[in-house]
Amino acid sequence: MTNFGRKERIFALKIIAPAIIIVFGVVIVPLVVTFIYSFQNMELISANRGAFVGLDNYINILKSNDFWSSLWRTLYYSVASISLELILGVFIALLLNENLKGFGFLRVVIIFPWALPTIVNASMWKWIYHSSYGALNALLTQLGVIDKYQSWLGTPFSAMNMVIIADVWKMTPIVVVFCLATLQIVNKSSYEAAYVDGANAVQRFLFLTLPYLRSTILVLIVMRTLETFKAFDIFYIITRGGPANGTKVLTYEAYLKAFSNLQYSKGAVIAYLIAFIIALLTIAYTRILEKEEDII
Amino acid sequence: MIKHSKSFRCFQYVFAVVVTIFFLAPLYWLFISSISYRDDLITTPLKFIPPAVTFSRYVDVFANADNEMAYVFRKAMENSMIVSISVTMLALIVGNLAAYAFARLRFPFRKHLIYLFLFTYMIPPIVIVIPLYLILDSLKMLDQKLTLVLLYSSSVIPFVIWIMQSYFKSISREYEQAAEIDGCTKSQTLWYIILPIVRAGLVSTGILAFLIAWDEFFLSLIFTSTLNAKTISVAIAEFTGKHTIDYGMIATGGVIASLPPLIIAAVFQKYLIQGMTASGGTE
Repeated sequence: MTNFGRKERIFALKIIAPAIIIVFGVVIVPLVVTFIYSFQNMELISANRGAFVGLDNYINILKSNDFWSSLWRTLYYSVASISLELILGVFIALLLNENLKGFGFLRVVIIFPWALPTIVNASMWKWIYHSSYGALNALLTQLGVIDKYQSWLGTPFSAMNMVIIADVWKMTPIVVVFCLATLQIVNKSSYEAAYVDGANAVQRFLFLTLPYLRSTILVLIVMRTLETFKAFDIFYIITRGGPANGTKVLTYEAYLKAFSNLQYSKGAVIAYLIAFIIALLTIAYTRILEKEEDII
Repeated sequence: MIKHSKSFRCFQYVFAVVVTIFFLAPLYWLFISSISYRDDLITTPLKFIPPAVTFSRYVDVFANADNEMAYVFRKAMENSMIVSISVTMLALIVGNLAAYAFARLRFPFRKHLIYLFLFTYMIPPIVIVIPLYLILDSLKMLDQKLTLVLLYSSSVIPFVIWIMQSYFKSISREYEQAAEIDGCTKSQTLWYIILPIVRAGLVSTGILAFLIAWDEFFLSLIFTSTLNAKTISVAIAEFTGKHTIDYGMIATGGVIASLPPLIIAAVFQKYLIQGMTASGGTE
């Protein structure tokens, strides 16, 4: 038996080794070095470059308005996108779950926005929002909603909301797909029983559908929160963090600090603060998975 | 059977039409922009049905080397294709081996390791890129396709492990026991017995791995600089950043870059949805 266990361990080690070498080979050293940078003075012009400064970098970042405003922007982006995606996604999933005539087409095409590459999506919306030639301006003018072309990306608040719409367009389909998958294994007879007992559509939604979808929605919330906190590509293309830094989210802030201002230690600190938030969310995610799977 | 009132049914169809328009209109406009003449795209009032169409931009991308933008798109597409396919193959092989071990074998630190892999998949690349840039620079590995393959694999492999181990776990142990009794070694069992059973899982994981690699932007932006390795995302991003440019050409690049994922989404929808829901752990 012990011999068998040893053989099993060696076989396991052999087949995991390639994954460990590639993944940790790429990730571990830079991860540690970034951590060290975050405690060092890495200013290019500084006389004592490389000196350890303890927690100074963290304290400076946590005291700076820049950091907190990008954190709030990230939170706004995250909460607004995810709420819209969930509301829209759940209703579309309920609609598609009805199997009505002609819905087969919608079921196939609903996944297309999600399949579009992030950069193509961002570039497409930037073109749609264009202040002089954009399709959004043309459409709203021709429908009589606005009387002159607007600069949608011209003010911080409006620009942020435009990025959110672009994100909602692309990511709502994933909510639809997840919820639809859950709804299709739901026992239809409980709905019929509720219907016979006189529950109306709203009651059936609140007391049957939402509880069924609970764990799916929880997983989606955590998954999407992780993604929105890492968001970079869409902002890089549509707004470059502007106007007036109005869309400078955390990852973009870290990128600018490190690659534009060459402030490696500041970039490293923000990167680690993001990683810290991500780690907390990852733990929440695994907890939810473990807990929910016990319940089901 | 639950009966809905006529007005409710009517509302459902209206909602369905609005949803379809909202999700298809931007795609329609992307495609129309790619086949419209430049002047038609910058007139007011804009015509949503183009008065004339041209496919010359597509011809340029595939056949004409004189048009600089078209040439960049073609080379970048080739790079993206080579990198994404290599990443998919590598991640499927390496990831599946590890996933099988995690799902089936007993060894020390099993649980710690699997969470470590999950964490490396979750961490934002910004945490590693600063030192990575300096390291790769000193190794003369910047701007190479092989470098991108390794970098992408380091996040796609954990993804494959995460999904595939749940597929492996769902297989009854009796198959392996039977194989063992018949004299199969562990590697033979994995190759001849287990892998054929999880074939559907392999297809959906492979599709998602390809899509993740195809979609990647941040690492390619930082670690490539020339057409030697630049991917299509970076090529499109560069042209989008410039102002006085023919948007129709960017739209053409966008349509071509979207074709592989869109074709996959349409043809392999069943597998794709299976993989997506499995990756969320809801199955």
